[in-house]
Amino acid sequence: MKQLTMEEFVEILRASAGEDEAVDLGGEIGDTPFADLGYDSLALLETAGRVQRTYGIDLGDETLAEADTPRRFLEAVNTSLAAGV
Amino acid sequence: MRTPEVVVTGLGVVAPNGVGTEEFWAAALGGVSGIRRVTRFDPGGYPAVLAGEVRDEEFDPAGCLPGRLLPQTDRVTRMALVAADWALAEAGLVRADDGYDVGVVTSSAAGGYEFGQRELQNLWAKGPQHVSAYQSFAWFYAVNTGQISIRNGMRGPCGVLVSDGAGGLDALGQARRMIRNGTAAMVSGAVESTLCPWGWVAHLATGQVSTAADPGAGYLPFAAGARGHLPGEGGAIVVMEDADRAAARGVTGYGTVAGHAATFDPPPGSGRPPALRRAAELALDDAGITPGQVDAVFADAAGSPVADAQEAEVIRGLFGDGGVPVCAPKAMTGRLGAGSGPLDVVTALLAMRDGLLPPAGPVAAAAAGHRIDLVTGRARPHQVRTALVLARGQGGFNSAVVLRGAGAIQEGTTP
Repeated sequence: MKQLTMEEFVEILRASAGEDEAVDLGGEIGDTPFADLGYDSLALLETAGRVQRTYGIDLGDETLAEADTPRRFLEAVNTSLAAGV
Repeated sequence: MRTPEVVVTGLGVVAPNGVGTEEFWAAALGGVSGIRRVTRFDPGGYPAVLAGEVRDEEFDPAGCLPGRLLPQTDRVTRMALVAADWALAEAGLVRADDGYDVGVVTSSAAGGYEFGQRELQNLWAKGPQHVSAYQSFAWFYAVNTGQISIRNGMRGPCGVLVSDGAGGLDALGQARRMIRNGTAAMVSGAVESTLCPWGWVAHLATGQVSTAADPGAGYLPFAAGARGHLPGEGGAIVVMEDADRAAARGVTGYGTVAGHAATFDPPPGSGRPPALRRAAELALDDAGITPGQVDAVFADAAGSPVADAQEAEVIRGLFGDGGVPVCAPKAMTGRLGAGSGPLDVVTALLAMRDGLLPPAGPVAAAAAGHRIDLVTGRARPHQVRTALVLARGQGGFNSAVVLRGAGAIQEGTTP
């Protein structure tokens, strides 16, 4: 079953919303809030849109609102992929 | 109540014939044109193929702007942000009051066209889920003002003016008004970028774009062979300040925005004349000067026989036959929408600084019937203390700005 890896997610994040020069997206960022990584809500909307299109899933607004770190976002995506929705 | 003088203290230029103020100025004085066959898309399927393009090798947004800004900005906003950075760096502006003392007012005739085209293609080819969230603002007329404001923490009066090619001068007029109302400084001006198929067909719809293939023959304002204009991209962003506050930190600036006026043409068929002359007269009144005090005119230079004749008539009416040197440096950039007015203002301020007027690019001479003293061929040494800048927009917009030089002026020599 297809799962979204951290590396794949970071690649989509970079392509969707760019990268703050002060942040190392290649480091341990799983539990760093998106805000501290330099991403605002619009950046996450753009990134989530691309993830949902690429993986054919629909995460829903509430799930996205709660996914405030890369790890939580990945969990939400992979839960959805496992459930096939 | 004190009415402050408003001085220009920083310049930022992105133009087809030069990126950076001094690069552009050297090209303008040397008669170097930025007109060429369009390379940003294949123009082969369209009747017009020439434009003033800003070259990729001269303008590198990724090298100038944060990575976070690139995915959310159209090419036009990248140009505006970089030009604003340069203008602010030159001005050396020191902000106070958490940024509430500095505002931003720009003009735009088009907004972010290339970005908008891409997202419209996504919408119709793939569906709404494929449209970028950033399309919500990246296409919008006000986006340059917004991004400059956010990037630089400017919380003072902000806005955008939309009056086609006249808008860039109108923005400077509004910025001056805000400073007179008490704001310490304003970032103002305009840049445009519409060199994508969607923007191109919008230009072609005006019926005014030259279909010439020879870059030296496409846009010849005031020439006997004038056959329309060529669009271009770029423009100028400037920093304007309360002259007393600038002087308090030892900054004289390039010159003051001494007068501004905007008028609107009567409807077609009214029998009344266009209102460009009225705009020029009102701007001179606003500056408290007479036509005899004007040392140079930077013309709108539409490039069509009828519009050129109308503007020449205005210039003759105010200054007499051949009564003042007339500059049309936009023959070397193409018409930049709202961007041309601020770029002409920058050019006029540099002409004051160096005592040199730039030639009208490939134009060999003005048609005799215009009876104007068009600067052609090479740069002309000329002392400029006061300049009048004119701009017109599609649909009847006219705007005029009067500039007055700062400090001592020396007549230069041709390089």
